Amino acid sequence: MSVEKQPKEALFAPKNMKLIFNPLNKENPITVQVLGICSALAVTVKLEPAVVMSISVLAVLAFANVIISLLRNTIAPRIRIIVQLVVIASLVILVDQILKAFAYEVSKQLSVFVGLIITNCILMGRLEAFAMGNKPWPSLLDGIGNALGYAWILIVVAFFRELFGSGTIWGFPVLEYTGLYHIGYKNNGLMILPPMALIIVGIIIWIQRYRNRELIENK
Amino acid sequence: MKALRKFIDRIKPQFEKGGRFEKLHSTFDAFETFLFVPDKVTTSGSHIRDAMDMKRTMSVVVAAMIPALLFGMWNVGFQHFRSLGEMEGFWNLFLYGFVKVFPIVVVSYVVGLGIEFIFAQIRGHEVNEGYLVTGMLIPLIVPPDIPLWMVALSVVFAVIIGKEVFGGTGMNILNVALTARAFLFFAYPQDMSGDKVWIAEKADAFSGATPLGHLLVGNTEAIPSFSDMFYGLIPGSVGETSTLAILLGAVLLLFTGVANWRVMLSVFAGGWLMGLLFNLLAVNEYMAIPAHYHLVMGGFAFGAVFMATDPVTAAQTQKGKYMYGLLIGIIAVLIRVLNPAYPEGMMLAILFMNVFSPLIDHYVVHANINRRLKRLKMNTGVSKVN
Repeated sequence: MSVEKQPKEALFAPKNMKLIFNPLNKENPITVQVLGICSALAVTVKLEPAVVMSISVLAVLAFANVIISLLRNTIAPRIRIIVQLVVIASLVILVDQILKAFAYEVSKQLSVFVGLIITNCILMGRLEAFAMGNKPWPSLLDGIGNALGYAWILIVVAFFRELFGSGTIWGFPVLEYTGLYHIGYKNNGLMILPPMALIIVGIIIWIQRYRNRELIENK
Repeated sequence: MKALRKFIDRIKPQFEKGGRFEKLHSTFDAFETFLFVPDKVTTSGSHIRDAMDMKRTMSVVVAAMIPALLFGMWNVGFQHFRSLGEMEGFWNLFLYGFVKVFPIVVVSYVVGLGIEFIFAQIRGHEVNEGYLVTGMLIPLIVPPDIPLWMVALSVVFAVIIGKEVFGGTGMNILNVALTARAFLFFAYPQDMSGDKVWIAEKADAFSGATPLGHLLVGNTEAIPSFSDMFYGLIPGSVGETSTLAILLGAVLLLFTGVANWRVMLSVFAGGWLMGLLFNLLAVNEYMAIPAHYHLVMGGFAFGAVFMATDPVTAAQTQKGKYMYGLLIGIIAVLIRVLNPAYPEGMMLAILFMNVFSPLIDHYVVHANINRRLKRLKMNTGVSKVN
């Protein structure tokens, strides 16, 4: 960190802030880079696991980025993928153990998907594309930014899937209080099935591309 | 008619560029061209001029569905009163069915066309006429007792996610009406399957299972006679029960050349052949039922005539059409007989093959290119050099 505190670049210079804010929208890991789709489908049936998953990814990605960034000049290029995996795997095991100790129920719901953070494309993608070539402080910001970009998509998708699929928000039966069920409303079973996560992500992509035309891919 | 034409001509300038209602041009245009054949013709280049524009094509398909719709209305009444053990006159049966089915048709059209108009306005297109057919198909493939809000929701889903996302009419990958049905089927399984939903307000003691429902649970004795199923005196979705009424529509579609006979024929052939194959294996009672029964049960005939032939989602090449149709028939019967989760396989088979039809076309086209290349090489002797 000490290297970063040299006077020529402020910690929260606009260039650094971009690392946090760009992944939220125009460099979003899910909707633009199309990374980490698998877990976006798997853990978004309910809001709670989605939030826990987001926090886990945030922790792993931020630390992994910093660690790899610190090691970047000592890693031989040929074995860099293995080193990255070792770092990610150690962090994931830590997160997994912490979840089991303090949030056992949620860790049950997330089951293998915490372990599968190791194979989450966002992690390898950011380590390869950013941490290997940048200093620790920007790497930390990049990690946090991308994890937040991942998180808000996950949370939006989970919000709609839980609300329409189970009629609850964070396990709280909201729709029951509105009395919709009495006039014949029923929960939508399709929302609980994985394809609907894909469709909601698709709708987010649609809205995003509509608002920001430069994101539209040319053939 | 003349007065109407005059009225339209009088208000037309207001919808042109610079007019008072310029923004509503696409809405106006939709109504004008729906009422009258447009007088605009192509002026340059080589075009085929034909009186059958898209709206006229769609009208033929809607007309072809009328027998199935009317019979469906009557059958809804017939099944209802039969389950109660009462018998009413023809008109009472029809009226009961009309009251049940007509609101579904209205909801389907109002919601679907509403979305079409909104998208046409936003995009500055003309309103696509594709929904005229879809809007009639959807009421025919849902159970008579379906809540109207579910119909509306499925239409919203199908038109936006199934069609507008891909660019509107003619750009969709999946059949829009079947997308709506698949949405309902997975979202509200209690209202779309089982033996409670196929007869409107049925008496509790009466078994309301469709022939396919009976077969799924191994109740082979309970299925109706072939003629009952052919005429359509069975519970089921509104328009799918009567193979006879559907065939009347098929005759109109084939006579006008709107639907492709290759697809239709090969779907029936595929289903029948698969039925025969199961007869040969016949390790259980379901496999042993006569192959031609498959063609009149459930939505098979309806799917073959009105869904599989959808020119947008079907394969485009001649050979591809045979392949596409055969596979639909085969997969539909395969799902029916072997998959315990789905009593009817027609919907899934058609949607599945919709996805595969571009692939089929791709290989047909490439096979043709390769064949011609080979011929070229043989004629010019290039092959010797290689």
